[in-house]
Amino acid sequence: MSPLMGYFMLGSAILIIVSMALMLARLIGGPTLYDRLLAVNSFGTKTVLFLCVFCFIIGRPDGVDIALLYALMNFIATIAVLKFFNYRALDVGLMRSDETQRGGRS
Amino acid sequence: MSLIFAAAADAAHAAEAAHNIDWWGIISTIGTLVSMSAGLFFVLAGTIGVLRLPDFYTRLHAAGMTDTLGAELILLALIFQADNLQMVLKLLLVAFFLLITSPTATHAVAHAAYRAGLKPLLGPYRAPEIEEDAP
Repeated sequence: MSPLMGYFMLGSAILIIVSMALMLARLIGGPTLYDRLLAVNSFGTKTVLFLCVFCFIIGRPDGVDIALLYALMNFIATIAVLKFFNYRALDVGLMRSDETQRGGRS
Repeated sequence: MSLIFAAAADAAHAAEAAHNIDWWGIISTIGTLVSMSAGLFFVLAGTIGVLRLPDFYTRLHAAGMTDTLGAELILLALIFQADNLQMVLKLLLVAFFLLITSPTATHAVAHAAYRAGLKPLLGPYRAPEIEEDAP
C-alpha cells in the first residue's frame, strides 16, 4: 500500500469517527427507546467498519477477526435488548403458540 | 486524483522494466477510491438523516438502508487493497454477516416499535391501527 493510499485510509477512518460521534448524539438525546436502539445498532456497524479500516492502516490483519466478532455480538445484543423490553424477560420461547399467554406486557 | 497519477507513474516505471503495464494496480486503486468515497457518502448521509429526520420511522429508513449499502461499499474498497487470500476471505465473511444481520436488526427494531404502539408522525398518509393488544 502506497503512502498516499495510507493517507486516504486515514481520512476515511476520521470521517467514520465523525459519523460515530454524530450517531452518539442521537443515542444520548433520542426521544424513545427505539431511537436509542437504532443508534446503538448503527454505531456498532460503524465500529466494525472503523476496525477494518484501522487494521489496514496499521498494517496488522488481526483486527478483522475482532470486527467479525463485533458484528455478530452487535446483532445479538440488539435482538436481546428488543426481546427484553418486549417481554420483560429473556427466557421466553420463540414459538408462535406462546403469543397468547405471554405475561408482563403492559 | 493524485493517487491515480501515482499508480500510473508506478505502472509506467514497471513498463520500462518488464514491458507490460500494471493493470491490476490501476484497477485496484481506482476501485478503492470510488468505492470508499461512495461508502463514506452513504454512511455520512445516513448519519445526518438519523440526526435530522423528524420521526422514528423515517430515521429508521435512513439508517437501515444507508448503513447496509455504505458498509458493503467500504468493505469492497478494503477488499481491493487486501494482499492475500486469507484477508479477502475474512473481509468477505464480515461483509456477508453485515449483509445478513443489518436488515434483520432494522426489521426487528421496526416491528418492536410498531407492536409497542409507537405512532408515526402524521401526514397525508394514515398508518393502520394497532390491532388487538393495544393497552
